[in-house]
Amino acid sequence: MELNRRRFLGLTGAALGAGALGKPSRVSAARAYQPPPDAYGCLVDLSVCVGCRKCEQACNQVNHLPEPERPFDDLTVLDDKRRPGPEAFTVINRYYTGRRDERNQMAPTFVKVQCMHCQDPACASACIVGALTKKPNGAVHYDVDKCIGCRYCMVACPFQIPAYEYHDPLTPRVRKCTFCFERISKQGGKPGCAQVCPVEAITFGKRSELIKLARQKMVDDPGRYQPYIYGEKEVGGTSWLYISREPFAKMGFLKLPNQPMPHLTETIQHGIFSYMWAPLSLFALLGGAMAVFNRKRDQGEDKS
Amino acid sequence: MSAHSHAAPLQGKARFWSPGALVMAALAITGLLFVVGRYIGGLGAVTHLSQSHPWGLWIGVDVASGVALAAGGFTTAALAHIFGRHAYEPVVRPALLTALLGYVFVSLALLVDIGRSWAIWKPMIFWNPNSVLFEVAMCVMIYTAVLHVEFLPVVAERFAHGFKASLANRSWPVVALAEAAEGLLAFLNRNLGKVMWVFIIAGVVLSCMHQSGLGSLLLVAPTKMHALWYTPILPLLFLTSAIAVGFPMVVFENTLVSASFDLADEMGILSRMVRITILLLGVYGALKIGDVIARGVWPLIFDGSVQGRSFAVEVLFGIVIPWAMLLFPKVRNHRTPLFIAACMVVGGVVVNRMNVFLVAFQPPYPVQSYFPSVGELAITAGFIAALMLAYRFTVYFLPVLSPAGKEANS
Repeated sequence: MELNRRRFLGLTGAALGAGALGKPSRVSAARAYQPPPDAYGCLVDLSVCVGCRKCEQACNQVNHLPEPERPFDDLTVLDDKRRPGPEAFTVINRYYTGRRDERNQMAPTFVKVQCMHCQDPACASACIVGALTKKPNGAVHYDVDKCIGCRYCMVACPFQIPAYEYHDPLTPRVRKCTFCFERISKQGGKPGCAQVCPVEAITFGKRSELIKLARQKMVDDPGRYQPYIYGEKEVGGTSWLYISREPFAKMGFLKLPNQPMPHLTETIQHGIFSYMWAPLSLFALLGGAMAVFNRKRDQGEDKS
Repeated sequence: MSAHSHAAPLQGKARFWSPGALVMAALAITGLLFVVGRYIGGLGAVTHLSQSHPWGLWIGVDVASGVALAAGGFTTAALAHIFGRHAYEPVVRPALLTALLGYVFVSLALLVDIGRSWAIWKPMIFWNPNSVLFEVAMCVMIYTAVLHVEFLPVVAERFAHGFKASLANRSWPVVALAEAAEGLLAFLNRNLGKVMWVFIIAGVVLSCMHQSGLGSLLLVAPTKMHALWYTPILPLLFLTSAIAVGFPMVVFENTLVSASFDLADEMGILSRMVRITILLLGVYGALKIGDVIARGVWPLIFDGSVQGRSFAVEVLFGIVIPWAMLLFPKVRNHRTPLFIAACMVVGGVVVNRMNVFLVAFQPPYPVQSYFPSVGELAITAGFIAALMLAYRFTVYFLPVLSPAGKEANS
C-alpha cells in the first residue's frame, strides 16, 4: 500500500510536470497570434530631433490632459530624466553621449519616450479581461470599460509604460499613449505628435514601409546612423521605431530579447489547457486512485 | 465523509474572547480603518505602490502566500479522502476551514487591491484565455465555491435538526424561512454525500491548476525578474511548494488552536503526517536547488546583493533546515520542535512568495524602491487577524474540531 501511494503521488507529479513543462515545443507552433500585417508605425529619427517639446504639447492637447506644472516651452524640464505618466503620455529626455558639435561643445541628443505599441504586446496577453488589445492599425488600445485595475499590464510591460491613477479611489484608469487611435483611424489622420513635429523627426506610416525608409536613410547618408533600427526586432517588433546617430544603449534604450514577452506564458497556458487535457487527465487519475484506495477500505483492508 | 467525524462545536467548552482574540479584534479594526482610507484617498493614499512597482505586499502576502498556505485544505483532502488515509480525518475539517477562510480573505484582499473594486465581476464576462491571471482568477473563484460545498456537511450537521425548534416563538415569516433553510440543508446533506467525491477531486485539480498558475504570473516579464527566480519551472516550484507546505500548515494551525482553546493536540496524527512532508519538501527543495544549479545562476546567491541573501534565507531556513529537522523522530514526535519546523516551512513559503513578487521584481526605470507602507502592513495584519477571528468564530459554533481527544488522551 505504501508503494501504491508513492506510485500514485509519482504519477500525479509526472502528469503535472508534463503539464507545466513538457509542452512548449509542441505548442509553440500552435501559438496562433500573428501581428497585424498592415500596422501603422512611427519612425523617430533621433539625429533630427531638437528637443522642442512641441510633441509633448500636442499630445497634451489632443488627449485633453491636464495643464502641466511647468509650461511646455520651459526647456529646463529636460534637466531631469522623466518617464511618461498618468498626465503625460509622452516625454522628451535629453542625453549627453559624448558627441561634440562643430564648436566642440557637448551636443545633446533628445529621445522621445511613449508606448512602443508592441506587435505582440505583453500587456495585452497579461490583461485579465482583455481590456488591452492590439488593433489592426497598430495601436495597443485600452478599453476602460473592461478594466478592473489589477495592474498586471504594468507588471508585464517590458518598457514600463502603463501608468496608473493611484489617487483615484474608485475609478482609476491605466494611462498610456493611445497612438491617437481615433485620429489614425480616419483617412489621412496622424498622431498629434507626428503631425506637429516642426523638424519632421517623426514619420508616420505603414510599419513595413518605415523599416524600408529607415534602411534607405542609412544608405543615403552613410556614417550618419548606427546600423540598427530599434524596435524592428525587440520583443517581436514594435510599431514605434528609432534610428540614431549614437548607440542606443547610451540613451536609456533597454536591451531586450527578440522573442515576444508572452511567448513562455502563453505556451505554458495553452499547453496545459488545450482541450483541458491536463486538468481532465488529473481528474481521471485522482478518480482512479480514489476508487482503488476506497475499495480497499470497504473491504476492510485499510490500515492507514 | 462526515460520518467519521467526532467533531463538535467548542461553544461552552472554552471562552470566545480570550486576550488573543481581543488583540486580533483590535488589529482587524485598525486594518479596517486603513481600508476606509484606501476608499477615500485611493491606493496612493495608503500604499507605497508606484508606477514602477504596481504590485506590493498585498499581492505577495495576502494573495500569493494566502493561496499557498491554504494548500492544507486540498492536501489533507487528497490524503484522507482520495488516498484513503482515514486516520487523518480529524485534521481534514480544520484544514478545510483554513482553506475556505483563506480563499475568502484572498478574495477580499484582491478586492481592496484592484483599483476598480466594483468591477471585480468583469473577468466572468470578458475572457482573456491568454492571460495567466484570468486562469488563476477562474480557478480561485470556482475553487472557493467548491470549498463552500465541501464545508456544507459541517453546517448541515449543526443546523439540519432543531433549527426550527429554537425559533418556535418567532413570527411566522422567520419560522417559514427557518423551515425552508432547514429543509434545504437536510436535502443537501442527504444528497451531497453521493456526489461529494466529484467536488473533492475537483478541489484538488483546481488547486493544482491555480497554485502553479500563480507561479506563471511573472513569467510574462522575463526582463524584470531576477535570474535566481526567473525560471521556466517557476509554476512547478509554486505547485510543489504549495503541496509541501500543506501539512506543516496543518501542524501550525493545529498547534495554535489547541493551545488557544486548551485542547489536546493531535500529535499522533501530526507526527505521522509530517513523515510525508519529508518527501514532499524534499522534492520541492531538490527542484529548487537543482534549478539554480542547472541554469548556472547559483553564483548570484553569493554576490552580496539583497536578492542573493534573500534567496539564501528562503532556501536555508525555509527548506534545508526544517527538512533536516523533520528527519529526526525526536522532532516529529514532540510538540515544540515540530511546531518550530512547521513554522520554518510556512515562513519559507511566505518568504518565497515575497521574493518572487517583490524582491525579484526589478523594473528597468525604478521611480523609487518599494517598501510596504504602514497602511499596507496594517491592512495585511488586519486581514490575517480577521481571518483568525473568523476561524475562532466558526470552530466555536460549528463542529470542526474534535475536542473529545483531550479526555481520551488525558
